[in-house]
Amino acid sequence: MNDPEEFAVHGSVDRSLTDEFPGLYLRSTLVERGSGRSTRGMKERLRILSDRFAGPQAIAMRSRPIPWAYRVFFRHIGLDPDEQPTPIEALTLERMKKGGFVPNNLLDDALTVAIVESGVAVRAFDADRVQGALAIRPSVEGETLEGRPGELPAGTLVIGDELRPLALLFGATAAGRGVHPKSRRTLLVAIGVSGVPAIAVEEALWLAAECMEGTRA
Amino acid sequence: MAPSATRKGARVPALLELDPNAGDDPLGVAPGELRERTRDADRRAARTELRRQIARMECELGELFATTFPRLGIEWAIGAAGGPRVLGIAELESTRDALADRLAEARAEIARRADHEQANRELVERMIADPADYRWVRVRNEDVGEPGCKHWHSRPKWGIIGMFLGWWRVKLSSGCPLATGPRLRRRPPRDREDHDGLEGSAQAA
Repeated sequence: MNDPEEFAVHGSVDRSLTDEFPGLYLRSTLVERGSGRSTRGMKERLRILSDRFAGPQAIAMRSRPIPWAYRVFFRHIGLDPDEQPTPIEALTLERMKKGGFVPNNLLDDALTVAIVESGVAVRAFDADRVQGALAIRPSVEGETLEGRPGELPAGTLVIGDELRPLALLFGATAAGRGVHPKSRRTLLVAIGVSGVPAIAVEEALWLAAECMEGTRA
Repeated sequence: MAPSATRKGARVPALLELDPNAGDDPLGVAPGELRERTRDADRRAARTELRRQIARMECELGELFATTFPRLGIEWAIGAAGGPRVLGIAELESTRDALADRLAEARAEIARRADHEQANRELVERMIADPADYRWVRVRNEDVGEPGCKHWHSRPKWGIIGMFLGWWRVKLSSGCPLATGPRLRRRPPRDREDHDGLEGSAQAA
């Protein structure tokens, strides 16, 4: 049950997964707007973030607690974080390659700020194309991920709504479920794993939401 | 003790009264199911322990990665079991073993390089002490395991004159070249030709 005072909505995690990964959890928050052009303030914020986040921070990142927690979780679920980087590491690589966090659009920039500042994995869905509550669960026999050929192997970990999988956990988003230029509402979703404090997850969501719709009351 | 002990009104069957062959079970669970539950709990405990070991090794690998910088050419990846999904015991064991192997290899490589780098540091000291014995020898920062582009180079003072006269010295380079990115192409100013062109077209109209 969610406390109405709380900023983030608690998503559920399938029982079979809570037994295996007791620290796995999901939080989401709704933003009453879609993406759009990045603002001047956001570009300036990314520029400052690029200056603050340089080579030494990138090298030491693996030993910081939150990025390390995601690396460990990737290993636990059969992903190699060196082949498929965690969200924070993917952004770090981009930062190193391009020499800065390059502005893209409002949503991507907001996610960049939230992920780099907090280290937490945050992603977004088109809120009008999500049916009911979100959950992290294993896929069942015969389920598919829209836009991807064939069925998902049973037991694949997905983020799903009450009807279908919306995305692979730390992977591809189903076609048409992500935010597109005509989206009017955005559902920001953060995935916490063991070792990532709930306050960091809430901070990540707050940062992304604040970037998208200005300062929150 | 009475065959059936009664406490606060609740009737608890004594264990010795139960007949396992008759299917009596104090927990209300069939023996086969109980065995299966125990086995599941054991498997889960094994997976939890393997995950704990993987977490510890990943931590050690991360620390090693940070301390190794800027040494290049050390392999860190271990490959993936394929996911995202809940891995079984065999896959977790395989991941743990791969991490352990990678850690051992990385430590061995770092130790080997540390010996090499120490030898190079000693070489630099000898070069500085007696440059003429190490003519044209150059030691780079990466040879001593340090970041940057600095190098020590034993070379003659005043070029060919110093070479003939035996005036050798160790010259320290000035470091990395300044960072230069692709130069922005300057937009051509709105010059007189454009203006004239517009005027010309207006006149033509």
